[in-house]
Amino acid sequence: MSTACGLLPVLDQDGDDELYEMTDYEGARARWCPGCGDHSILTAVQKLLAAEQLAPERTMFVSGIGCSSRFPHYLKTYGFHGIHGRALPVATGIKLNRPDLEVFVVMGDGDCTSIGAGHWIHAIRYNIDFTVLLLDNGIYGLTKNQTSPTTPQGLPSNTQPAGSWLPPLNPLQVALGVTNASFVAQTAEWIPAHLYATLRAARRHKGLSFVRILQRCPVYTPMIYQKAVQDPNNIAMLTHDDGVVVPELEKVYKNKVAHDPRDLDNARRVAGNTDKIHLGVLFKDPTRARYEEIRRIAPKSAEERVTLMNAELDRYAV
Amino acid sequence: MPSETIARPRAASSPATSKTPKALRLRESTIEIVSDAGEGAQKCGQIFGAVSAKMGNGVWTVEIIPAEIQPPARVPEGASGYRIRIGDGPITNWGDATTLAVAFNEQALLARHRLGALAEDATLLVEAKWATHDDELIRKAWTDAMAELSGRDYRIVPVPMEERCLAIVDDPRKGKNMFALGMLARIYARDMERVKEQIAHAFRKKSEAVYERNVALVEAGFAWAEENVDVRIEVPPAKSTGDLVVMNGNEALGMGAIASGMELCAMYPITPATSVSHYLSEVFERFGGIVHQAEDEIAAAGVAIGASYSGKVAFTITSGPGLALKTEFLGLAVMTEIPLVVVNVQRGGPSTGLPTKVEQSDLLASLFGQTGDAPHVIIAPATIEECFHVMVTARRIAEAFRAVVIVLSDANLATGVTPFPRPKLDASWQAEPLDLSPVREALKPYGWDPETGLSERIIPGRAGGMYTLTSLSHDEGSKVAYSSGVHQRSSAMRSRKIAVLQSLLQPPKVYGADEGDLLIVGWGSTKGAIEEAVDRARAEGLKASSVHLRFLSPLEPGLKPIFSRFKKVMTVELNYSDEPGDPYITEENRRRGQLAFLLRAATLVDVDCWTRVPGEPLRPGSIVDMIRGRVPRGGAK
Repeated sequence: MSTACGLLPVLDQDGDDELYEMTDYEGARARWCPGCGDHSILTAVQKLLAAEQLAPERTMFVSGIGCSSRFPHYLKTYGFHGIHGRALPVATGIKLNRPDLEVFVVMGDGDCTSIGAGHWIHAIRYNIDFTVLLLDNGIYGLTKNQTSPTTPQGLPSNTQPAGSWLPPLNPLQVALGVTNASFVAQTAEWIPAHLYATLRAARRHKGLSFVRILQRCPVYTPMIYQKAVQDPNNIAMLTHDDGVVVPELEKVYKNKVAHDPRDLDNARRVAGNTDKIHLGVLFKDPTRARYEEIRRIAPKSAEERVTLMNAELDRYAV
Repeated sequence: MPSETIARPRAASSPATSKTPKALRLRESTIEIVSDAGEGAQKCGQIFGAVSAKMGNGVWTVEIIPAEIQPPARVPEGASGYRIRIGDGPITNWGDATTLAVAFNEQALLARHRLGALAEDATLLVEAKWATHDDELIRKAWTDAMAELSGRDYRIVPVPMEERCLAIVDDPRKGKNMFALGMLARIYARDMERVKEQIAHAFRKKSEAVYERNVALVEAGFAWAEENVDVRIEVPPAKSTGDLVVMNGNEALGMGAIASGMELCAMYPITPATSVSHYLSEVFERFGGIVHQAEDEIAAAGVAIGASYSGKVAFTITSGPGLALKTEFLGLAVMTEIPLVVVNVQRGGPSTGLPTKVEQSDLLASLFGQTGDAPHVIIAPATIEECFHVMVTARRIAEAFRAVVIVLSDANLATGVTPFPRPKLDASWQAEPLDLSPVREALKPYGWDPETGLSERIIPGRAGGMYTLTSLSHDEGSKVAYSSGVHQRSSAMRSRKIAVLQSLLQPPKVYGADEGDLLIVGWGSTKGAIEEAVDRARAEGLKASSVHLRFLSPLEPGLKPIFSRFKKVMTVELNYSDEPGDPYITEENRRRGQLAFLLRAATLVDVDCWTRVPGEPLRPGSIVDMIRGRVPRGGAK
């Protein structure tokens, strides 16, 4: 499937009065393998940044380590390519300090659901206003083919050559199980229009938006979503006015499931139903408490601090 | 303070009934209040310490903390309490033996006795009720304890504390501490108006009735001591030294952080560092700062790094095990030159170790804990006053050098309380407001000055400055290093900064004489004890001096010339080292104190060490004993 063809219907903008164009967000040339799903996601993100006219200097991409975590290098925004599993704490620190920045977090399945799983759960609970992309290809690619928590059961790898021992972890169920979760969605790299529309909905949500992007690794897991790639009937599109609406996909994806993203119980049922791959917004509640809002305080000047500190020292005076 | 001048309360050997005892005039005295946990001994001690400070005494107080929140009652290992050393001049450490103790049960007393905390002739006021308790086992425990204590020259005074308290309160467990305070106020002639002031302050969140009841209890204790205790101790006030403030080391760290202008403290609870965040949680928001309690130690480091990267320098506070967890993030901050202040309030280790007890065992872990070559700065405050100022210094260095600065405090400073000169605050200690102006064309993310390795950092929000910071080895432009020369050069640039910092430091000052037989080198909280020991040794004619290091990375300059003027150089530290002469221990395999290890490597001087891990601060007396062993009268051996 051609990425460009799928994107054109929804992404074509008349950019005459726009300040930033897609090329304004292009960083270094992407070094991912040919055919890697990351390319498609990068394109969708660049389109989104241009469509939303986000100032490059006020936009921040934070990642960990892994193939997907090279993401910031290929954008011309500020980027923080940190350490494995720890993108979310860094993003938290940035957003606590600088709520004026638009923050995206890009993680792979090892990054997010394995070594960084603790941060993942707590970040969802903090519900800080950033967009979190889980690029889930079900394998460790950069380190050359090791089983990840989301590797399909039975799939051989270099660390579990007889096939992954256990059923895969379901990131949607985990995310929806966290108290104070406010946005959980799933999309797929091979359906660019849906990917774009989902990212846009996530970006516009106030609070932590968690988007699991199903993605194929062309080298180690090219076939893991093959059934759904080949036959759209293996995909169920979640439909609701407040969800992801992509009318032009309706002809291809005829399996539709009406789901109100405010209905958490049903969202959990949908997440747990693995007969079909459900794409769309599973849960959305913009009223959930946002940590960075709760913790926001009035800044003080250096002089004000000195005055206040002198009063504080008076309390300790001998 | 020379020990010869310190008289002991020998009045203890006279009968307990004298009504008008003569006050002993002492230059210093050490008092303990010990009990089971949760009986308020600490509050009693805090008030006594505060009153003494306000009356002009030099004061050093320290908590005696059991490892558990609620250890079983009446067992020696549950002993909890407060130790106060007061003097007629500045008091810089917790001293040697306790001259007077108040104990709410004999088992707590026994614990202190077994630890050697009590002076040979100490006066011990102990709750009397256990002697006649209904429970036979308790009576027996009392008898056994008294038998064990009788081997010393202690003066033991049973006090009917509960009985007297019952006249005022229903639950004497909640009143004894104030009764004890009253007794101490009488014995040490404390100003009762100041005592009442401090009670009002300590119970400011409670009702008026609570205040009245506590004052009544104090007065009852005062009256009982008046009638029944013939010991009176007078410690004259120190010469006035201007405006003073009194606090513990963790409060000083917290206040220093505020004074430095830092606005974010990310932490995860860990003893004995957590009380810094308790203090900050109470006040920080008023100053425009927040405490973020992260989900774990690693996240705390990450949040501080994220905040620092995107604006003003932030800090994280921890203790040993937490520092171990933060290690990878510290490596990231070094690699990407993100300024960061990390406070490690050290405790005994390795592993969970001694969570509430002091040790200086994290120096090498702090210096070498990161993988790869990760040059950074380590500063150790030596006093509670320095805990305040070190935060200002640390932030400035972190910012100016784009460096990780680890501040090594310890449990002794954390819980010790002493008055010190009030800091003269200056707005220039704080960071400038964020510069979000467009980046000038030539500015690179790491525009290293080839001489110094220093560079200006770019924070997000600045137009034209967009780049991706990476934990991978990188060049000036933050481009990943794919050629071998880049890593060599960038490593040199990061390392050079440390040398540049050293070039700006002054050589340390020698305490005592500039030359002699023995030079003791110390770092961190042992300064007061070491210098007191040097004073005493010199008063005995021993040619001992000391030098105390604040900067441990880079080391302070000029050490080798200083060392060369002494016949013997050794460190005194609160960490483990092998004893020469122990089985299997040789000159080659001997594991030395951590500072000794560094000094030997840096100076090629044969630096010896005397180190201990007793789970408590060093006593000046034991350092003096050690000096006597190393420097016999008449010169070095």
